[in-house]
Amino acid sequence: MSVKEEKKNPVETAVKEKEQVAAKLIPIYIMGKRYEVPEGLTIMKAMEYAGYILVRGCGCRGGTCGACGTFYRKPGDYKLQVALACQKTVEPDMYIAQIPFFPANRALYDFTKLTAAPEEVFKLYPELFRCVACNSCTKACPQGIEVMDAISALKQGNIAEAAQLSFDCIQCGLCTSRCFGELAQYHMFQLARRIYGAGIVPRAEHLAEMVKAVNGGKYDRFLDVLKRVKEDELKKLYQEREVEPMVAGEDWKPEDTTYL
Amino acid sequence: MSLAYYPGCTLKTRARNLEEPAVASMEALGFKLEEIPRWNCCGAVYSLAEDDLIHQVAPIRNLIRVKEQGKDKLATLCAFCLNTLKRANLLMRENGEKRNTLNSFMDEEIDYGGEVKVVHILEVLRDEIGWEALAQKVKLPLRELKVAPYYGCTLLRPREVAIDNVEAPTILREFLEALGATPVDFAESTRCCGSYQIISNPDDISEYARDILNSALSHGAEALVLTCPLCDYNLGQGQKELNKNSGFREMPLLYFTQLLALALGLDPQVCHFELNYGSPESLLREKGLFS
Repeated sequence: MSVKEEKKNPVETAVKEKEQVAAKLIPIYIMGKRYEVPEGLTIMKAMEYAGYILVRGCGCRGGTCGACGTFYRKPGDYKLQVALACQKTVEPDMYIAQIPFFPANRALYDFTKLTAAPEEVFKLYPELFRCVACNSCTKACPQGIEVMDAISALKQGNIAEAAQLSFDCIQCGLCTSRCFGELAQYHMFQLARRIYGAGIVPRAEHLAEMVKAVNGGKYDRFLDVLKRVKEDELKKLYQEREVEPMVAGEDWKPEDTTYL
Repeated sequence: MSLAYYPGCTLKTRARNLEEPAVASMEALGFKLEEIPRWNCCGAVYSLAEDDLIHQVAPIRNLIRVKEQGKDKLATLCAFCLNTLKRANLLMRENGEKRNTLNSFMDEEIDYGGEVKVVHILEVLRDEIGWEALAQKVKLPLRELKVAPYYGCTLLRPREVAIDNVEAPTILREFLEALGATPVDFAESTRCCGSYQIISNPDDISEYARDILNSALSHGAEALVLTCPLCDYNLGQGQKELNKNSGFREMPLLYFTQLLALALGLDPQVCHFELNYGSPESLLREKGLFS
C-alpha cells in the first residue's frame, strides 16, 4: 500500500468497501410463503429478517441446544432434508418448516432407583421394540447420528454402545417426528447415557483419592506459604514452575516431588 | 475360514448358552463366525400380510450389510432368524415389483436382489464340514446320552426355506450320531411348541409342552436337543408350569451347540448350562460328560 493510500480515512474506506459488497437477495419459502432474504444468513437469521420473532424454535443459536430443528426441501426433489436453523445458511428456493416441539413420550422415573440393567430401559420404554429398522430417524438427524444403529444397540441390551453412538444428540426431536413406531429415540438415549455415566463407566478412583487428600489438608501448608509470598516472588514461582510436557509417558514424574 | 454371521437379538440376551458354545465350537472346527457390522433385529417373524413391505425392511437391511462386505453367504444360529431372513431373501429374489419398491425406499443403501445365501449352522456342519470330518474331531463322545432331536417349525417350514425334509428330517439325528450320542426319534419332533402364543395363550403352551415332552420320554429320551430359543423358552416355561401344577418331571433341555462344544472337548464354561431349563448338569455328570 502506498503512503498516500495509508493516509485515507480508515472509516471512509471501510464504508466504501461495505457498500461494494451488498448482499444478494435470494428467495426462500417459510411455511409456504415466499420471502427474499440476504444470501449468507442462517435460516434463523433469515426468518428474523423476514419479520418473524422467534419465541420457540430458537435457543442457543450455537448448534447445541436442539431447539431449532428444521425440515426443508428444494424444488424438483422429493427428498426431505434436515438442518439446525441457527447453523444452516439459506439456499435459493429452500422450502422450510420448523418443528419447535414434538409430543414425544418421556417416561417418568426415579433415577436413583434404577440399576444399570437394560431391562430398566425396556420397562420404561416398551415401544422400543416397535422399531422396524426403517431408518427414517437416521435420515432425520441434523447431527449425523446413526439413530437406528443406536436404537438397535439398545434393543440388544447394549447400553454402552447406545450411549456412545448417541453422544452428539442435542434432543431436537426430529427423529421422533418421523418414527414409524412412535419411539422417542432421544429420550431413550438420554436414559441410556445417564445409566452409562452413573452405572457402567468405571469410576476414576484416583480422582476420589485426590479429592479426599485435598480435603484432608494435604496442600494446606503449601497454600499458606503461597498466600504470604510477595507478588514478584509469586510471579517468579509461577513462571519457573515445572509443567508436565504435552506428550508425557504414564510414568512421568516431576523433578521436584515435594507436592506428590 | 471366515463366515459372515448374524446373531439376532435373543442370542445376545437370553440365549447366550446357544451362541457362546457355537462360536467356540466353530472356531475349533476352523470357522471364524464374524458378526456382520451394524446388524439390526431381523423382525422376529416374517410378515405374512400381502402388501406389508415395511416389515421386510429390517431383515433385508441385514442382507444388504452382508453384500456390502463383499460376502455372499450368511450363517445364523437362531432358527427363527433363519426363517425370517430366508423368506425375506426369497421375496427379493422372486418378486420384482416389491424388490423395486424396497430398493427405492432404502435409497441410502445399495440395491439388493437376493445375492446372499442364508444358511443355518447345522447346514454348514452338514454341507461344508461333513459328519465324518466332524466325528473325527470329537474328543468326548457323548456315549450313553439318549437325546431326542426336537426340530420345532422354523427350520423345516415352509418348504421353500426348509433345511431338511419336514416329514422325515434327519439332520439332527446325523449330527447327534457324529457326536457319539444316541438320538431318540419320537412322534412329536416336528410339532410346533406354540411359538408366540406364549404371550396370548400361555396355558396352551403348557399343553403342547406336555405332549412333546411326554412323547420324547415315552420313546426313552433323557434330554431334548433344540435349535430355537423360543422353543427353549416355551418348553422350559411349559414344563415348569406342569411341574408346579401336577408334579411333571422336568426334562433337561439342551442346545445343539452345547452338545457340540462338549463333544469337541471344549471348556464346559462356554456352554453356560446354568441358563438351561431342566438342569442338564446332573444328567451330564451322571454320564461322565461334565464334572
